[in-house]
Amino acid sequence: MEIMPYIVEERKDTGLFNAKLGIWLFLSSEVMLFGALFSAYVLLRTGAAHWPHGSSILNVPIGAFNTVVLIASSVSMVFAWAALKENKFGKFKLNLGITILLALTFLVVKSFEYGTKFEHHMYPRTSTFLAIYFTLTALHALHVIGGIIVNSYFWGPGAKMWQADPARFTNRIEIAGIYWHFVDLVWIFLFPVLYLL
Amino acid sequence: MSGAHDIKEEIRKYWKVFTALLILTVVTVAISYLKFGLAAAIIVALTIALAKGSLVACFFMHLISERKLVYVILGFVVFFFLSLMLLIYASYFNVPPGVKIVS
Repeated sequence: MEIMPYIVEERKDTGLFNAKLGIWLFLSSEVMLFGALFSAYVLLRTGAAHWPHGSSILNVPIGAFNTVVLIASSVSMVFAWAALKENKFGKFKLNLGITILLALTFLVVKSFEYGTKFEHHMYPRTSTFLAIYFTLTALHALHVIGGIIVNSYFWGPGAKMWQADPARFTNRIEIAGIYWHFVDLVWIFLFPVLYLL
Repeated sequence: MSGAHDIKEEIRKYWKVFTALLILTVVTVAISYLKFGLAAAIIVALTIALAKGSLVACFFMHLISERKLVYVILGFVVFFFLSLMLLIYASYFNVPPGVKIVS
């Protein structure tokens, strides 16, 4: 079987291995996706006759708690990568497992938040604020779900690669980590914009 | 990117970044309870968010020591993102007569 080049070593012209270039191009498109929705938020807010303060509708302590959860998951993700660099596979499994559990915690808390809103008959159709709130946070939650799926694969069946090709597996975890940190980064902006302003 | 020999130093750095991110999160929430005007509140909140985002991007995503091509790609991203925001800003002053926006 022919193996694709530059999956471990860096290309001479780009200075990057293939997946590194790929993830940054993908994240560029992601910035524009969220950027389009952020600009929609700005347009809707500046054009509205009245705009509610986020804290009058949303629960700030819960939003802050979820921010800390996602930041902690980013730290455990980067620790998982560092563990592979140290050749400590057990430590990698522990840290990636913590990352997945924290991501699930984020989703559970978010679903409770959504549930509370629905109980109070607050839906996307209720107001422009809620429409953009649900759109932005649901799109972000989809990214969290995507991250959980990828990380769970690397924690479970995908981890077999560590035995056969540790350098390639370490690169895979670095790429998954860059994506996961982006998901964290988006929330870092969503939290103040939606909850605190 | 760091080699295996100095990975312990990297881990110490990640702990420091984690602490800074937690402190900045507390500051963000605490400041929101102060009664600033809307413009000042937006500037303060987004400045702190930008600082937190930069810490994540530079240290967790390793942007502080990346290859030139990644910076070139991100340069394009910044250009198009700012252009998008500028278009929104321009449209704010160009609302057709008779258009009424409801919230």
